[in-house]
Parts: sequence; structure tokens; C-alpha cells
Amino acid sequence: MAEDAKTPAPPPPPEGEKKPSAEMPAAPVSNAPVKPVAPAPPAKPAVPADSTTPPKPAAPAKPTGPVPLLWSSPLVEKYRSQYGTALEGQTYLGQNYLTVKSELIPNILRLLRDEEQFDYCVDITAVHYPKREKQFDVVWILYSFPRNERLRVTTQIADGASIPSSVSIWPTANWLEREVYDMFGIQFDGHPDLKRILLPDGWKGFPLRKDYGILQQDKEWVQINLGIESGQ
Amino acid sequence: MPNMIAIWMPNFIMSYLGSTVTPGEAGSQFWALIYVLIIFAGVSVAVMSMNWLERKALAHFQIRLGPMRVGPHGLLQPIADALKLMLKEDIIPSEADQFVFWVAPLIGLLAAFTVYTVIPFGPSQAVSDMNIGILFMLGVSSLGVLGVVVAGWASNSHYPLIGALRSSAQMVSYEVAMGLAVVSAILMTSLNEKGTGTLSMIGIVRAQEQQGIWFIFKFFPLGLIAFIVFAIAMIAETNRAPFDMAEAESELTAGYHTEYSGLRWSLFMLAEYAAMIAVSSIAVTLWLGGWMRPFVRLLHGPSWDFIFSLFPGLTFLGLAAIAFVGVLRMPAHSFFKIQKIGLEAFGGLLGFIALMLLVIAIAGRSQDPSIGSRLNESIGYIYWFLLKVAVFMYLFIWYRATWPRYRFDQLMRVGWKVLLPISLAVLIVTAIVGVLVA
Amino acid sequence: MSAPTGEDTKNISHLAPSNRENSDQGETERKNVGGNDLTFENPDKTYLDSNELIINMGPQHPATHGVLRVILKLDGEKVLGTECVIGYLHRGVEKIAENRTYTMFNPYVDRMDYVAAVSNGLGYCEAVEKLLNVEATPRAKYIRVILTELNRIASHQLWLGTHALDIGAMTPLFYTFRDREEILKIFEKYCGARLTTHAFRIGGCQYETYAGFEKEVKNFLTFVAPKIDEYETLLTTNRIWMERTKNVGVISAADAIALGVTGPVLRASGVKWDLRKAQPYAAYSEFDFEIPVGTNGDTYDRYLVRMAEMRQSLRIIEQAVNSIPEGPIMAKVPKVIKPPVGEIYHSIESPKGELGYFIVSDGSTQPYRLRVRPPSFVNLQALDIMVRGLLVADVVAVIGTIDIVLGEVDR
Repeated sequence: MAEDAKTPAPPPPPEGEKKPSAEMPAAPVSNAPVKPVAPAPPAKPAVPADSTTPPKPAAPAKPTGPVPLLWSSPLVEKYRSQYGTALEGQTYLGQNYLTVKSELIPNILRLLRDEEQFDYCVDITAVHYPKREKQFDVVWILYSFPRNERLRVTTQIADGASIPSSVSIWPTANWLEREVYDMFGIQFDGHPDLKRILLPDGWKGFPLRKDYGILQQDKEWVQINLGIESGQ
Repeated sequence: MPNMIAIWMPNFIMSYLGSTVTPGEAGSQFWALIYVLIIFAGVSVAVMSMNWLERKALAHFQIRLGPMRVGPHGLLQPIADALKLMLKEDIIPSEADQFVFWVAPLIGLLAAFTVYTVIPFGPSQAVSDMNIGILFMLGVSSLGVLGVVVAGWASNSHYPLIGALRSSAQMVSYEVAMGLAVVSAILMTSLNEKGTGTLSMIGIVRAQEQQGIWFIFKFFPLGLIAFIVFAIAMIAETNRAPFDMAEAESELTAGYHTEYSGLRWSLFMLAEYAAMIAVSSIAVTLWLGGWMRPFVRLLHGPSWDFIFSLFPGLTFLGLAAIAFVGVLRMPAHSFFKIQKIGLEAFGGLLGFIALMLLVIAIAGRSQDPSIGSRLNESIGYIYWFLLKVAVFMYLFIWYRATWPRYRFDQLMRVGWKVLLPISLAVLIVTAIVGVLVA
Repeated sequence: MSAPTGEDTKNISHLAPSNRENSDQGETERKNVGGNDLTFENPDKTYLDSNELIINMGPQHPATHGVLRVILKLDGEKVLGTECVIGYLHRGVEKIAENRTYTMFNPYVDRMDYVAAVSNGLGYCEAVEKLLNVEATPRAKYIRVILTELNRIASHQLWLGTHALDIGAMTPLFYTFRDREEILKIFEKYCGARLTTHAFRIGGCQYETYAGFEKEVKNFLTFVAPKIDEYETLLTTNRIWMERTKNVGVISAADAIALGVTGPVLRASGVKWDLRKAQPYAAYSEFDFEIPVGTNGDTYDRYLVRMAEMRQSLRIIEQAVNSIPEGPIMAKVPKVIKPPVGEIYHSIESPKGELGYFIVSDGSTQPYRLRVRPPSFVNLQALDIMVRGLLVADVVAVIGTIDIVLGEVDR
């Protein structure tokens, strides 16, 4: 999934005035057909347009950096034989990750917990790639106490699409998914209580989306609830 | 203190000092009134100094200095606090029951102060000697909980309500153990020729005088156990740490007085400290021989009497010495000039009192019924009584610095499952032993 | 250590309040582990049919350790359910990270868990180093270990003081603050800051140690060891302390794992897992220390585990100070930090638990996405399962024992 980082360039952040464009989808589309993720050849990273410091001309003899390699292990073999190309195992800097199609999501996570002993869900988070057709990477960071091993599971979903919740697999996913929802607006189906966690309930917009500027805020909310013009 | 007035009005004073009964008993309304005023002022001053002492002692337990800025070593801090509290805005929540909210601190305060009418500082140094003194005391002091309950209810807020409920439950449970412990002390008063006990506070101390033993040591260890039960119950009664459920600040922000501020809040504090002194006085009266000086049997005779009568003066001399050591230890900087003068003046005052007390002690060593010897006697009574009470006050501070807070259900468990059976057993055993001895 | 056996949340929810004979209340059924619904039945309504009391604890409350708001649903004093309302201290650290260069973001991490700022810095620097594929010099690693362990002691001391204060013991607070001061003095001498230290740089340390650093650290070790015993004399065998903490806020190992709880809370439940041992970072693999574990997973065990951890930290510091190698403190790191495209997750054992950084680089000077995996946030989630069926006073004790820092919960 690291290769996905190369395709999009972060858009210029909308400055304060702009309302967030992404709203909570009314009817989440589930199980939309997902194109299998093929490892794309490494492309040159796009220069971010919103950098506060202009990018310097290439640093002296910058190494090209390590490349994600295919990760071959019994685990990957087993699930590849089961799911085929819907699942991809890779390794980068010694860290293993699985890139899976979003339809596999509840099952593969449950299998990882039950069969592969990934009993501890470290974190759930997301990454926003606005230029991509499927805008969001959802990442599960897993750890196995018996194996002392970490694994990341990544899937891509489109804006407005929803993804099955993993609260029934790891209860810890409850707050983590709420935070992802709060920050990205990603819907988790079957979550017992999906609502904002860090931001106030009535807030509009999802701050960690790339189109949400750093100075942007829900002016209406600030005005109503704080009685001031600006929250800054 | 009455001894200050004594210098100007010897005859008048003599008429009182010569009396061996309390003003209430003698029917002297005037002296009773004077007494009430003195007690009111005295308790208020005691509460203020207790406030300072608690802050200082607690601070030194906790490796801090405590108040140091307002006056030398923060001596004027209680006055500054009192002024601040009086000048603070008096907030009554709009949803509160205004009248009840207003009246609640007064209930607590009245209950705490009324108790003092029967506290015997000496054989005649009490407002009145009621023949049901101890019942009166228990009854009135438990009225204090009404103030807490009413305050919690009137605030119309959740934390005060929970605090008030805890407080009432706690008081009711500990009253039982406390009452049973008191009964075993009263049983001990009946161990005389006539076989009749007394409920009078003065009578209880007189009984200890006659039997020549403090009730804490009576039928060892029965008296001691009953005393310990009482001492634990009295902490719970006054809502002090480790039983400060009602105001547990880490759980209920401030418990029943969360919504109170300014003067009204300070009335609660006044009532709390006054109640602490009151229950300590009960404990002293019941178990520690009230106004009796220590070793009254063992070390008797005029010379021992004289040596013990020097104690009040020596105590004040010691305090004055501490103050002067404080002056010497102050940094030699011009900023500390006024502080030094203040502490010197305070030390001087203490030294003057010490001198007066020593003079009285020496002048009043004779046995004849002169002013001097009467005064000397009264001072002795009051001194020993207050010293014993002060020990309890120090213990209150010590507990607070040392122990975590009990949880509510554990507190109830201690009250009902530990203290109550113990006090019942002590009562029964005391009765049996008393019958066997008699 | 055992894997969670539960098939789903229902199994988990039956596990927690297994031994609470202390507070004689019956079991309350819970429908949801996360504790976000306050709508469930109280089964033992046998005595009186009374209404539940919903009480709002915080965000301004003496015992919520900051701006945590807990909505308690009470039956009398018994807690039927809780809901944590967090976010009052939300500063959008992750969003800030996307708009700062890697170097510029470094001080921001100190503001998350401001009680253990050095740990935050260590985690961040190591994560970026991993992304850059560089490694800190041995000397830098040792300095990092020393400072981080000092910070762990400071964090635990602050925890102990406030936790004891929550339970009503005032005095330990002042003792711990007195001794924590010595650590802060070392920090101040080293980097000029006491709390938000910004002690490390990507690739090494910000400063060379000052003259006499080793000696001062050694002096501190001899100073603080008896002080830890002193705290224990006040609390460990104190009857009231034991009654207040034993069997309070019990969480089983299976529950703790399922809820993602880490750090001393997990270890107190009997899981012998510490990232310093499991996946050693910095120079931890070179030191000899033990992982203290508890057995019951109650508040008392968590207390003991943290006390033991302070002693283990002293051991680590002693070894590190005695064998600190000479050499440069900075590895060769380009002036402009431009990690190659890729993503990395790196986590360390902060005093609160597993503190992780998930960084996605797009090859520019700024992180494309930086996710902090905050231990306090995840551990706080276990509050509900730990306090159901207990009393109001226990809520305070349990909040204290989880050891949250709201700066980290809310980020």
C-alpha cells in the first residue's frame, strides 16, 4: 500500500473560508466492487503543494530508499491460496503488511485473530488520498502476543463507502473506529455507537481529510456554542 | 479568659470563684451569659487557631512550609481568610431552595455551639450542669447532621445530594457504636457505694475523681477498647479524614457544601471545627478524666500540686521560646523587619501570659480560699482539660495527613460489623465485671 | 498470558467483574463493552424501585486528571454505566504534523503526554529514523535510555502522588513531587526545559551531556531508591489503602488484551509483556532488567507493578550510566529530512503503555500522514468495564490507576 502514496499529490489545502466538502454519506454503499490492488512500479513522489518550506533541491546524494518487497511467508501463502489476488503480502523495512480488498475485511481480520493469533489490535487508522478513486486507506495495526509479531492490514475504500466494523473482533476497535470516523468520516457498519469522539457532536467536516485546511473550522458551531466569531 | 477580668473585679469574681457549682445550677443568669459569651468567643478563636495549626502541621507533615506570608509564619492567615470569606460574593444557585439553603449552615453551627453549654471545663467551669448532660450532648451534636442533609438537599445539585446522603447514613451508623461506648462509660460511674450512676457531665468526671482512675484505664482493657471505639466513631461523626465521605473532594468535589461560598461556607467550616472540639471534649470528659490533672492518685500532696500548677505557665513559656527561636531563625534581611517585630510581639505576649500564670501559680500555692488559690485552681482545671482536647485535635490532623479515605461501603462495614459488635461486647462485659466487682 | 477466548463482545463483557466481593453488590449485566450506551437494565431492583441518577463528573473535577468528563449512571452510589466524553484538549496534533516538516514537528510530540515528554520524543525520533533507515549512535542511544527511564520514574511518581490523592492520602503527593523535582533538575540542566524537553533529535540527541551528568544521575539513583521505599511505607501495607485498591477495577488478562490495554495496566493483569523486552528499541537489549507483573489485575496490583517498575528503571539507568560509550551523539542525517516514500509503524513502551507512531511519507519534507497510537486513549476505554458495579469512589480510584494524561488522550 506504500506504493499508493506515490500516486496522489496532496491538494493545496483550502484556506479557512472553505466549508468542508465531505459530508457524512446518507446511504453508505457497501460491497462496491473493488479493483484488486496491483503493486505499482515505484514512481517518483509528487512534491506536496502545501509545504510551508519550499522543497530544497535534492539533498546531497540522497539514497533512493528501500523498496517494498513481496513478503513470502506461510501466512501469506495460506491466505493467498484461499483468497487469491484479493490479498497481497508485502514487507517494507522489515515491517510486514497485507493489502486486501475491502470485501475481505471482516473475515480476514477474524481469521487473523483466530487462526494466526493476532490477538491485539494496536491501532486502527486511515490515510486520505484525495486524488485516488478510492480515497481512503484504512489500516489495522495488529500484534500477536504469542508470535511477538506485528502485521498491518490495509484496505482501500471510496469516499462515502462503508466498511464493516471490527468491534466484534477486538473490543478496542470501538474508540479507534470512532476516531477514524471523527477524523475522516469513514462509516463502520455494525459499530455499536458510531459518533464523534474528539470533536464536538455537532461539528461539520472531517479534519484529517486532506481537503480540510489547517486553519479551517466549523464557524457556525463556534459561533453558536462558544459565542465568539473565531475559535482561533 | 476569666482570669484577665479577675484583676479588676476581685470581689465580684470572688463571688463566682467561691462558688462550687456552675452558674446554671446556681441560677446566676448573669454569669451564665458571661460564660456563654466567653465560650462563643473562645471557640471562635480556637477554630481560627486550629485552622492555622492544621495548615501548618499538615504542611510540615508534607515537607512544605504552609502559610508564611500573612504575618510571621502565617500567623495572621486565619484572619485574612476570615476577611476574604466575609467579603466574597455570596452565591445562591438559582435553582436552590433559597430559604433552606440559607438556614442550613446555621443549623450546623447552632448544633455545634449549643453542645458547649454542658461541657465541663472544670467542676464549676461550665454554663450548666444538666443531670442528663451526656444525652443532651449526643442529641444536640447529632442535630448537626441535619444542617448537612439540608444543605445537600437545598443545593439542588447532585454532588451535594450524594454528600448529604452519605453523611446522614454515616452519622446514623456511627451514632449507635458511639452511644454504646458512652453507655459503658456511664456504667462505670455507677461503681460507688450507692451504686447509682450519673448522666451529668460533671458527675462523670467526679466519678472518675472518686474512683481515682480515668475510665480509659478502668477494667483494663475494657475502658481502652470502649475509648477506641468512641475515638473512631467521633471522627466519623465529624466527617473528618479518613471518614470524610461527605465532602470527599476527589469524588464529590466538595460534597454537601459544593454550592456554598463565602460566609456561608465559612460557617460550615466553623461548625465542623467546633464540632471537632466538642466531640473531643466529650471524649476527654468520659475517658480521660476531664479537668483532672494526670497522676492525681500517684503524685499527690501540696508540693506535687504546686509542680503541676506550674505547667500552664511553663507551656506558655515554651511557646514564647519557640516564637523567639523563630525570630532568631528569620533571615537577616530588611524585608523581614516587620515580620520579626510581629513575631517578637507575639512571643512577648505569650511570655507575658506565661509570667502571669506563673505568678498566679506561685501566689496561689497556699490552700486558703483566697482569690489567688481559687484562680490557680480554675486555671489548672481549664488547662488540663484543654490540653487533652488539644491532643485530640492534633490526632485529627495526623489522621488526615496519614490515611487514605475509606470507601463508603467499607465505612459502613466498619461501623456496623466491627465497631457495633465490639462496643456491645464491651458494654456487656463491663456490666458483668461491674456486678462482680460490686 | 492467554488469548481472548471470546467470540464477540458478549463474551468479553461477562469477564470483568469476577471478584468484587468487597463491595457487596450483585452483578450488573452489560450490553456493550465500550460503554457508550447508558440504556441497560439494573437486574437487582429488589428493594426499591428508584430512579437512576446521572451525574456528570468533569470536565472540571478534582480527580479526573485534566479535562476528562465521565457521565456516570448511578443507582445510589453504585455505578451502572459510564460514558467518557473526551476531546476537550484536542489540538489536532495529527493535522499539525501534516503541515510541519519532520524536524518542526518534533517539539509538538512533547505536548501530548506532557508528563513523559521524553518518551514521546524518543518514539517519534525513532520512528522517523526507521523511516529514514538510519540508526542513532550508540552514545545517543544510551543517553536516550537514561533520560527516558528517568522520565518513566518521574511519570510514575506523578502518577503515584495524584493517585494517592484521589484515594484521599494527601501526603504521598508532596513526597513524590519533592523527588520528581530532582529528575526535572537533571532535565533542565541537560536541555533547558523541565517538562516539554524536546531532548532528542532525529538521528541522535540534541545536546551532549553536561559535565557531571553521570555523577548527578548516580547521585539521583542513590537518593531516590530509599524514597521509593518511603512511599511504600506510607501505602503498601496501609489497611485503608489495601481495602480501597484490592479487588477494585479488576480487569482480566483476556479482557485487557481484547481492549488493547497496554503498559502497567496490562502487566498487572499478569501478561508479561513489555516492548522494551519484546521488541527492544534504543539500547534496551543491552540491559538486564525484569518485567514486573501482577496477578489479580486490580488497582493494588497496578500500584505494585508501577512501584516495581520504578526500581527496574533505576537498575537500567545504573547500567546505562556505568557503561555509557564515548562517541558522537548524532548519526549522519541529512540536513533536510526527506524520508523515502513508504510507511512505517514504530512503537515504544512509554510509562503509560504502547506509544506508537504510524508515519506515511510521500517523499516530501512533511509527513503525509502521522498517526499517534496513544496508550492513554486506548487504556481509558477500559474504564467502563473496570468500574461497572463499583461505587463512585472507585471510579476515581480507577481513573487514577489507568494513569491517563488528557493531553495524550485528546491530542
